[in-house]
Amino acid sequence: MAAQFHRIVDRPGTPVPFTIDGEPADARQGDLLITAVLLHRPALRRFEFGAASRAGFCLMAACQDCWVRLADGRRVRACSTVVEPGMAVLIEGGGPG
Amino acid sequence: MRAAEALARAGLKPIVLDEAERPGGQVYRQPPVAVGRFSSAIYGFEAHKADAIHRVLADCRDRVDYRPGTLVWNLFGDRLDLLTRDGHAEQRFDRLILATGAMDRSLPFPGWTLPGVFTLGGAQIALKAQGVSIGRRVAFVGAGPLLPLVTHQYAKAGVDVVAALDATPFGAKVAQARGLLASPATFAKGLWYTARNRLHGVDVKHGIQSLRVEGDTHVETLVWRDAAGAEHHVACDAVGASFGLRAEAQLADLAGCRFAFAPDSRQWFPERSAEGRSSVAGVYLAGDGARIGGADVAELQGARTALAVLEDLGRAVDRREVARLDRALAQQARFRQALDAAYPFPRHLLDAIGDGEIVCRCEGITAGTLRQAARDKEAREVNRAKALTRIGMGRCQGRVCGEAAAELLAHACGSELQDVGRLRGQPPVKPIPIAVARLGVRSLENAAGALAESAAR
Amino acid sequence: MSERLQVDVTIIGGGIAGCAAAVALRGAGLTVALLDKGLCGAGASGVNFGGVRQQGRDLAELPLARRARPLWDRLNERLGEDVEFHASGHLKIARAEAEMAELERHAKAAADHGLRLQLLGANEVRSELPWLGAEVVGGSLCAEDGHANPRVVGPAFARLARRLGADVREHAAATSAASTGSGFETRSERLAIKSRFLVNCAGVGAGKVAAWFGEDVPLTPQVPNMLVTEPLPFFITRSIGVCGGGVYLRQIARGNAILGGGAGWGDATSDRSRPLTAVSLAAMTKALAIVPALAGAHVIRTWTGIDGQMPDHIPVIGFSATTPNLVHAFGFSGHGFQLGPVVGEIIAELITQGRSTSPLAPFAIDRFANPASIEPASAVGSEQ
Repeated sequence: MAAQFHRIVDRPGTPVPFTIDGEPADARQGDLLITAVLLHRPALRRFEFGAASRAGFCLMAACQDCWVRLADGRRVRACSTVVEPGMAVLIEGGGPG
Repeated sequence: MRAAEALARAGLKPIVLDEAERPGGQVYRQPPVAVGRFSSAIYGFEAHKADAIHRVLADCRDRVDYRPGTLVWNLFGDRLDLLTRDGHAEQRFDRLILATGAMDRSLPFPGWTLPGVFTLGGAQIALKAQGVSIGRRVAFVGAGPLLPLVTHQYAKAGVDVVAALDATPFGAKVAQARGLLASPATFAKGLWYTARNRLHGVDVKHGIQSLRVEGDTHVETLVWRDAAGAEHHVACDAVGASFGLRAEAQLADLAGCRFAFAPDSRQWFPERSAEGRSSVAGVYLAGDGARIGGADVAELQGARTALAVLEDLGRAVDRREVARLDRALAQQARFRQALDAAYPFPRHLLDAIGDGEIVCRCEGITAGTLRQAARDKEAREVNRAKALTRIGMGRCQGRVCGEAAAELLAHACGSELQDVGRLRGQPPVKPIPIAVARLGVRSLENAAGALAESAAR
Repeated sequence: MSERLQVDVTIIGGGIAGCAAAVALRGAGLTVALLDKGLCGAGASGVNFGGVRQQGRDLAELPLARRARPLWDRLNERLGEDVEFHASGHLKIARAEAEMAELERHAKAAADHGLRLQLLGANEVRSELPWLGAEVVGGSLCAEDGHANPRVVGPAFARLARRLGADVREHAAATSAASTGSGFETRSERLAIKSRFLVNCAGVGAGKVAAWFGEDVPLTPQVPNMLVTEPLPFFITRSIGVCGGGVYLRQIARGNAILGGGAGWGDATSDRSRPLTAVSLAAMTKALAIVPALAGAHVIRTWTGIDGQMPDHIPVIGFSATTPNLVHAFGFSGHGFQLGPVVGEIIAELITQGRSTSPLAPFAIDRFANPASIEPASAVGSEQ
């Protein structure tokens, strides 16, 4: 699947396994959740009020565009949340929002 | 950080409530600790300033109560409501310095809500805080000095920057050259970025007339009209676009600070004296959260405001330091004035916003709905327009759409921008978990009881 | 230099009641001027929970609420826009047997007024609303109750009033009103209005207006403490209240959950009000007890406003006790929203016919003439 973000700076980091809609993916320790997801996918969530997706906008916790739903029921702002092992992000499977 | 440093030096122990996990704000934002240090090449010229700010905390750690990961979501009287890792907490203050910074100012354009469109600031944060590019073929659009900077940073990092478009005229920069020389180092840097951009094969195009992003589910093409009116198409998969900065002044609003409209920036700011005092005793303002001035001004104001606090506490202050800061700020003000004139707000982009364009990203409300409210529902003021259209009712509470909505409303009513007012603020200034109440309410039990009792009388 | 107007009726207060009165009076062919201190509908009419509710009212209000109910069905057509009225049903939850008994008593009494309430046991309630987390022993459902968008109803009534030829003046607080030989003169900063009749529906400011005519009423400010969440998948299909009060909540079709409970801080003189953190946090906790599935949601906004409250929690509606041709309608104590449209009709009846078809005796302004008989307010905020 087409990814939005691309790593530019080569840096070491412990792999952080997580899942997107149940599919396993690897991030690196220190990746924000928005980075982790967009390195593998073109978007973060489905928009509530139209047939569209959203992928974040400001990356500084201001625009509130990057809220994602986790399988454990939590909703987190992807640009201000560091990815943790085992995080289960729901893009398609969680319903809009 | 400069305010905290100055207060600590004077023997106070200031509390620094930082929403981020590490100091630096956005301009000098640090990656998460686990990322380690990126090369100073990422920060470019500003690396030494970034390092200096990051070191401030380390240098006075024992004299500053630094609380990262703390969102201040409300202010009432002398009390702050905090969201921390452990849930809800309350913090009283005798004096408060609000240094809440700014965010990119957005303008809607066709396709701006497609995945792959970010702000210029967002594009920069991706690179400097995460070492990632927002796309493989990236286009940048701006109306301020951030545009050539981000263009340079991306091009230098080896990203394919396919376009760098300035919505303000080149002539404005030429006309302001003398004023810009008030800060020769910054002016030289600007020239340097321009030269380096050329070397990387990226020419910043000035005076663009219009832009739109095309794509089915995602950014595919940027279409733009140049200063001569010719249309260009460039294939891309990411766009970084924003048009100046807007102050994050929500807490100043909740504090009851008086706001004034600034015609040059076309936005409302909390009133701030040259020393940093707001219209509310005990509340002080510094940096972009009070007036857009840039990072250097923010540092100077932080220090200057701390001295005003010390004066108001009856402490002696170093008058030479005060004079030094005031001189530096005056020089910066001259530069800033020229910079603002070099990058005038690109109002012409608003003319191209059709009725079908989304103005409010959070709620998906179109320009047509706003215009209809002005035309048919007597909405002449932004809060009424919000109530009738839902513009500004989303998670961001008008941060992204507020200024553009005010511009469109004023235009639709035939009013001056100032006359449509500004959005009224209420807590929380950012979303807070409904479950926060389950943690930390214990600390407010007595207070809740007392309040409930007194309200019932 | 004041602008001078002469009309049949001056209305002080552009909330739903005042604007609905203007509409009804225009329908009867009277000329009308209306003054509001700010924008119409921005007071209590615009900041309340949005409950369109007959259940749970003081029995004295039921005839008015019953009369108002069909007006809501036709409101979109009448106003020419969508006020988002949805007959979701209002479910009042009992979490103890004593509360269930209370609901049963109320259901019997309501039936006498023609309001049908369905009493539901724990299993019935849970099978319809499996997400309910509270220790529910049962509930009382009013299937025809529901909710609407309070922010748009008042302004829509004001615009209809204007279209019908009422002279509606905003940002025009009434600074004085007094009897003249032949009626009234009402003034604002730039207006002087002569009229035969005067209507006082000035919300929390109505006490001041009544005092201009020698009527002291124990009207006090009431500050609703409201919260709203981000948009969430829709699942709360009923408007929810609980016995014992404390919290009430509803979810709109777009997904935001609106909740309220308790009182915020307000100062009627300066017209300032703010939600109180402890009250908001308490409402959030109580909401989670009833709807645990909200646990992952975020509150994105809180708000308040200032309503007018009477000691017995029912309004003043009716003629002045001191001054002929002065009609009062205020003190809705946090539950005037559903009544607004019918209060306008009642005001028009009083003016055009000298009486109303609805029983207004319980709402007489002079029921407080004997201060010793006043029951002090025992509840904070509105019981929804």
